[in-house]
Amino acid sequence: MLRKLPQLNKDNSAFWQEGANGNLMIYHCDACKQYFHPPAPVCIHCLSDNVKPKKMSGRGSVASFTINHQKWHPDLEVPFVIAIIELHEQQGLRFVSNIIDINPEDVFIEMPVCVTFKAIEDVWLPLFKKES
Amino acid sequence: MFNTKTISKTVAISGIGQSEVGRPSTKTAMQLTIDACKQALDDAGLSRDDIDGIACWPGDNNNGDAFSPVGPSALISTLGLKVDWYGGGYEGPGPLAGLINGAMAIDSGLCKHVLVFRTIAEASKRLTDKTSSALSNKTIGRDSSFSWQWYTPFNVLSGVNLMAMYAQRHFHEFGTTSEQLGQIPVTCRRNAQLNPNAVFNNKPMTLDDYLASRYISTPLRLLDCDVHCDASTVIILSRADIAKDMRNAPITIESIGAALHQSWSWDQISLTGMATQDAANMMWQGTDLKPSDVGTAQLYDGFSILTLIWMESLGFCGIGEGGAFIEGGQRIARNGILPINTNGGQLSGGRTHGLGYVHEACTQLWGRAGDRQVTEHQISVTAAGGGPLAGCLLLSKGI
Repeated sequence: MLRKLPQLNKDNSAFWQEGANGNLMIYHCDACKQYFHPPAPVCIHCLSDNVKPKKMSGRGSVASFTINHQKWHPDLEVPFVIAIIELHEQQGLRFVSNIIDINPEDVFIEMPVCVTFKAIEDVWLPLFKKES
Repeated sequence: MFNTKTISKTVAISGIGQSEVGRPSTKTAMQLTIDACKQALDDAGLSRDDIDGIACWPGDNNNGDAFSPVGPSALISTLGLKVDWYGGGYEGPGPLAGLINGAMAIDSGLCKHVLVFRTIAEASKRLTDKTSSALSNKTIGRDSSFSWQWYTPFNVLSGVNLMAMYAQRHFHEFGTTSEQLGQIPVTCRRNAQLNPNAVFNNKPMTLDDYLASRYISTPLRLLDCDVHCDASTVIILSRADIAKDMRNAPITIESIGAALHQSWSWDQISLTGMATQDAANMMWQGTDLKPSDVGTAQLYDGFSILTLIWMESLGFCGIGEGGAFIEGGQRIARNGILPINTNGGQLSGGRTHGLGYVHEACTQLWGRAGDRQVTEHQISVTAAGGGPLAGCLLLSKGI
């Protein structure tokens, strides 16, 4: 499946590349002890500069999802699942991803999931599977 | 918080215009824009020399692309205008941002008459390139956007994928059903049958037709998505003390909602409240009027779920109660307690993208809506956007 890849920079490279080591990295503030996303050089909660990417458990649950049926490009394989994943570590800590290796009809909100990585060029996309 | 009550004393809508709404149109985007401008100037009884400001959302944000092919600078050059202020640009509180900017230009004393416009040419473009509006085309090469890079690598290629997840969450939290949500496209289609300028005029549709339409991104179907068109809409704003002596009864901007108290993000915001709630709260805080005073609500229906969420955010029903509120469709019909999208909205009228709602609100307030005219009223709400984009206006005639 063709995918648009992100332009890497100092702020986002931990998120997009640490999958090479099997790690899902989310920025964490050492001052207020909260996570935040997207990554940035300052904490959105307390504006501290004392922030850095921290390794996550990779576990979460489905906050919402959709089964995409439309072929937006001729070579797009459909159907596939897009989901908003809420990470286990902090309420409201979410990002959009795909759920793979599942019949799309079997996905449900609050389904427990765990991260897996798909490498394309120099990017390791954090995707999710149903937690067994 | 900024008190928007002052706006109502200073800014009024004095004229409106709209080109044909083609799917596609044989006219160029500039011709459609000029058609709408001339119609609005005639309606207001103004000449081009009276116009001293131009506002547009999003402006020519991508070198003439079909989403917004004509911006303020092109229009100024084409019409030979002499303006004291002009502005365009994407980063504002949704498709009504141009109108809000124009109102501020008048309220601040920079301008007397601001021409606000929005031109779109997506129907023509899609004849040759169906992928033209894909989110992955916002950037060339890798996604360098601060916002969009978090979606396009996961093949979120259309806004509908994001709206679908808001809908799925609403269904999950509140028990909303497809049969309930379908009342929005069905109501819009019914209204379009009485609007000769609507794309889907003379094309009736039932709830069964809706439920049989294919999924684009579950739970949203083809008929939950608005219909691309080629069109231009113009709203002329005038200083209220001048407007009272003009041709039309002034429609004053009673209050503005433009707040964003969350991240500009599609997944970090409240999935069922989003920026619509921030904008709606601000709008009601700026007025003594109440939801029960509203005669028509022209609410964004780029995707049906957003209309439902606007109804909740604006307090026409409780949060989570939108499904029950629209069930059966009687409440939101033209003779219901809250007539919505009386021209067919964007779902059936055409994706004029924002100003079409204001055009229809004024058409109804001025009693010019012909076969689709609702009972005489003085107050209308218009709202546009979804996700982190949201703006709304409370309009009043003769108060």
